[in-house]
Amino acid sequence: MAELSDLYQDIILEHSKRPRNYRTLEAANRKAEGFNPLCGDHFTVYLEIGDGQIRDISFQGSGCAISKASASMMTQAVKGKRTEEAEELFQKFHHVVTGKNGTESHDLGKLEAFAGVSEYPVRVKCATLAWHALRAALQGEQHAVSTE
Amino acid sequence: MTPAANTALRPQSAVQPDFDVHKVRADFPILARKIHNKPLVYLDNAATTQKPQAVIDALIYYYTAQNSNIHRGVHTLSEEATASYEESRATVQRFLNAADPREIIFVRGATEGINLVAQTWGRANIRSGDEIVISAMEHHSNIVPWQILCEQQGANLRVAPVNDAGELLVDEFEKLLGPKTKLVAMSHVSNALGTVNPVRKIVEAARRVNACVLLDGAQAVPHMPVDVRSIDCDFYAFSGHKIYAPTGIGILYGKAELLEAMPPYQGGGDMISSVTFEKTLYNRLPYKFEAGTPHVSGAIGLGAALDYVNSVGLDRIARHEKQVLAHGTRRLLEIPGLRLVGTAKEKEGILSFVLEGIHPHDVGTILDQEGIAIRTGHHCAQPLMERFGVPATARASLALYNTVEEMDALVRGIDKVREVFA
Repeated sequence: MAELSDLYQDIILEHSKRPRNYRTLEAANRKAEGFNPLCGDHFTVYLEIGDGQIRDISFQGSGCAISKASASMMTQAVKGKRTEEAEELFQKFHHVVTGKNGTESHDLGKLEAFAGVSEYPVRVKCATLAWHALRAALQGEQHAVSTE
Repeated sequence: MTPAANTALRPQSAVQPDFDVHKVRADFPILARKIHNKPLVYLDNAATTQKPQAVIDALIYYYTAQNSNIHRGVHTLSEEATASYEESRATVQRFLNAADPREIIFVRGATEGINLVAQTWGRANIRSGDEIVISAMEHHSNIVPWQILCEQQGANLRVAPVNDAGELLVDEFEKLLGPKTKLVAMSHVSNALGTVNPVRKIVEAARRVNACVLLDGAQAVPHMPVDVRSIDCDFYAFSGHKIYAPTGIGILYGKAELLEAMPPYQGGGDMISSVTFEKTLYNRLPYKFEAGTPHVSGAIGLGAALDYVNSVGLDRIARHEKQVLAHGTRRLLEIPGLRLVGTAKEKEGILSFVLEGIHPHDVGTILDQEGIAIRTGHHCAQPLMERFGVPATARASLALYNTVEEMDALVRGIDKVREVFA
């Protein structure tokens, strides 16, 4: 049986209470919204892109602990990365939260804290909401992306 | 099948002189389930209710012994199935105290009932510039069908506001009524707040401007006796699955003279009396609105569910649920940082709440680990959530089988949530 502590790991709780890069970004040249109409979670991800690199990233909005912590840790993980690296990271992260590739390590560092989400299928959308918004921002889509 | 087996399968309704919640619980087999090794505490009844054995047996009996199509076969099974189906209609008629079984239309649920009225009565009666008045506490199913109709007809939707307790502001509502008002569509009981609306007052006010009244009774019928003639509404819709019947069956009540004048909803078999390529004559009520093979087993299940509810007694159910609600309200309010959303004086068994700094979604996941099933989200009432400044709430909703001990379990579960997020 899945244990609650697998889902609500300390690092996730900590980021949900004190999210990093939680602000608007003056220098942003891309932004996108992520919206989950079922639970009302709503985030905006701001990006400053230059020469194919994520120079700065921030987010704002409201959502559950999983979605907020995921957004916070995502901003840390992709800051300074090249856009294609960020895209790759999303693929790996998606595998982690959906439990694909079993328990094998994904070299995701802190982001592997979200592996517990795979035991809670309805929460996968929470964990990936900000990532979907990030991808939309990277692809230059200006409209809100929805998890539905 | 032998006659003996036949009798054994035939659903029996137990007569219970006094309300004994443990006896009632024994009627619902699913309540014996364990979730994550803990006894199931089912508090998501406003979403859907669990089914008593009597309803399950009625479905088994129908499919085991009676299954056939209705209203057209000359064979015995078809006659029996037709009789059972029509018996259910009569049960619903008595349940709502409607004047005539012809006023009872079987639909898929309250949603379809409301859409039926919008697309038949609405398209025939709503003109450009007319107004439809709803309230701020409506479920999306009593908002969107009217928006669609307004779009089609060039009419306008007006919304009566609610106060901070989640009660309809009756004065403000009455100010919205005028010569342009053609319809008032309102929930009898709010699904997100539990507020009981003053439906008689609403109907009286609507009558003064000659407007029709549709009531969404989905959250009312499981909890209180409803008499459509005494309320004097024109239409009343409810869903079977919220009153212990299967999903996919519901009721639209309409006054016969209105239903007679309305164009049909869907075309097809059973809703006609004769068809030629030149001209089709529609069937009489209620069949005019029941095109195609209906949900026969669902209708029979609904009849069994209402028989069950009657056997327990709606007055007794209401009294019991009020006690559980009062206990739950008192206990929840003791929790630091908990805010109840919906504190109307007249209220049914719904406890919508938010916890400071903790998202309802997380509350729902942690409670589930404790075996407690609640609903989290906007409860298909996004405008109402906006009114109360919350993106979502956690909602515990009651049925006749819930106990004060389960309210205590809910409080212990919330304590656990607060521990995780401490």
